[in-house]
Amino acid sequence: MIAVGLLLHTKQLTRSPFEIATALIVPVVQATLAVYLFRAGGEPGRLLEAAVGAGLMGVWSSVLFGSGGAIQNQRWQGTLEMLMLAPRPPALMILPITLATAVTGTYAMLATLLWGRLLYGVPLNFAHPLLFLVAVPGCVLGLGMFGLLLASTFVLLRNANALANTLEYPIWLVSGMLVPLTVLPGWTGPIAAVLPTTWGARAVQEAASGGPVWPSLGLCLAISLGCLVAGALMMTHVERRARAAATLALA
Amino acid sequence: MSGYAIEAVGLRRTYRSRTGWLRPQRREVEAVRGVDLTVGNGELFGLLGPNGAGKTTTIKLLNTLLIPTAGTARVCGHDVVTQTREVRRRIGYVFGGDRGLYDRLSARDNLRYFAELYGVPAREQKRRIAELLDLVRLTGREQERVEGYSRGMRQRLHIARGLLHRPRVLFLDEPSIGVDPVAARELRRTVADLAATGTTVLLTTHYMAEADELCDRIAVIANGTIQALGTPAELRHHADGRQVLEVEAYGVADAQLAAIHALPGVREASVTVTGATQVLTVQSDAGVDVQAAVLRELDGVRLGRVTARQPTLEDAYVAIVNRINAPTRPLEAVGG
Ligand SMILES: Nc1ncnc2c1ncn2[C@@H]1O[C@H](COP(=O)(O)OP(=O)(O)O)[C@@H](O)[C@H]1O
Ligand SMILES: [Mg+2]
Repeated sequence: MIAVGLLLHTKQLTRSPFEIATALIVPVVQATLAVYLFRAGGEPGRLLEAAVGAGLMGVWSSVLFGSGGAIQNQRWQGTLEMLMLAPRPPALMILPITLATAVTGTYAMLATLLWGRLLYGVPLNFAHPLLFLVAVPGCVLGLGMFGLLLASTFVLLRNANALANTLEYPIWLVSGMLVPLTVLPGWTGPIAAVLPTTWGARAVQEAASGGPVWPSLGLCLAISLGCLVAGALMMTHVERRARAAATLALA
Repeated sequence: MSGYAIEAVGLRRTYRSRTGWLRPQRREVEAVRGVDLTVGNGELFGLLGPNGAGKTTTIKLLNTLLIPTAGTARVCGHDVVTQTREVRRRIGYVFGGDRGLYDRLSARDNLRYFAELYGVPAREQKRRIAELLDLVRLTGREQERVEGYSRGMRQRLHIARGLLHRPRVLFLDEPSIGVDPVAARELRRTVADLAATGTTVLLTTHYMAEADELCDRIAVIANGTIQALGTPAELRHHADGRQVLEVEAYGVADAQLAAIHALPGVREASVTVTGATQVLTVQSDAGVDVQAAVLRELDGVRLGRVTARQPTLEDAYVAIVNRINAPTRPLEAVGG
């Protein structure tokens, strides 16, 4: 059921003209930014790392906005009530959507790498090409599960949109998607350590430029699984609350 | 398990909402104020009432989308608050309007997704979907995206979706709203067929004729309470002892309508507009001939045909719904 849901929600998401336009433009911008930043820093050897980092940012943005707004979106479409009427735990109805946002985000990764290669000749010399192909889906799966927690929390917050905006850049930074964690102030360390994004990003980076991929990937998935459980409990609470407060439909 | 498909006892629902940003104010709406009803297995039951009467709220209380403020309800013997999953397995829900579908997916994909969600076994899905596409006459167009569908097609797709898991009880909330007359007629035929095959249907509508044509029994709801309940024939009795005068007119003023309402023997007076013509409908006690008095009040207004007739179910409905408004209308008090 999750597979069918994932497939169809991905279809629904990727067919929006706005989504397509964003998906075409953003990776180019990101690739350009990444390449120039690193060239200016005089580290041309790390171009691949930069491009992968930019791609990860794309995945994260997609999850943050897509999952954070998932429930609100379904409400606007009038499909939230139909989802909740299914005789299943509410979390199972929303998980395919948040996974779909992560999968759609993967496209940003591919596109960024592609444009990096075409426009700037970024060498695609992965340290572990096969592991890279495992790490990316692993990271995407992790982020999708994390997305469920985002979805269920954001729906309770009045200013979820503002929160999503303010979370976009800090998490890029703190999770070390673009710059290495070592250049960040020490206090961000613990925050980074509990975010699945950190470990997911690290696994992907390790696969791209060398390192033991599995531990990071394992941690990413473990933390995400925790988020999934928390998100599922939260969803059950949210559903009950929504039925009491009459917020499943647009008033 | 009890013998009823739907049982509701003392259902109430109050909406609390906050309005205003700077100085939030709490607003309470008592949408449903004590509804009791039972619907038998296989019955086609109508919930008829004007806009804002509480029909949608009642349906959502019964189909688990809302938790009642007070009262209890059971569907197929299962409590709608504590046994939601049991209830959800057995019900289908279709609402009017064109929302609630995935626009960028095809009809087939929409159905496939909901079949999966509603637990239709994988090996049956294909056949079931084809069967339903056929039933709602969308075969041949199932690969097109829903965003290109007409209102009527979307509505039919909604119905197909609601039937995927062969629900024992189907809730239909104003399914014919915004659908053209031909499509509405087909829709009524589909609903009648369903009921004929044993599905219990709870239908809400604000069209009297629709309820009359389809329903075994009708509950007239207004102001959140049931005003009358019975077979269409029984409801017709609410207009017993009355007669109806219909006058075609062009330009009846509000003051004239009020004056007519206040005439001795007049029970109801209303104006409906069709094109450039108004139709004034006056219900009066059968023993009183109000025609002369009514025409006198309409002095100066250009008139068309004048007909006196026996009351219809529609008139009974008007009488029932207006009964609750009566005490608040000072003019009617004068008319007695
Ligand atoms: N979510 C809501 N919040 C506040 N008031 C509501 C809400 N939904 C409906 N109402 C109010 O409750 C009353 C009954 O509405 P509803 O059940 O939709 O009536 P109907 O379906 O018969 O038109 C109306 O006065 C409506 O404005
Ligand atoms: Mg309604």
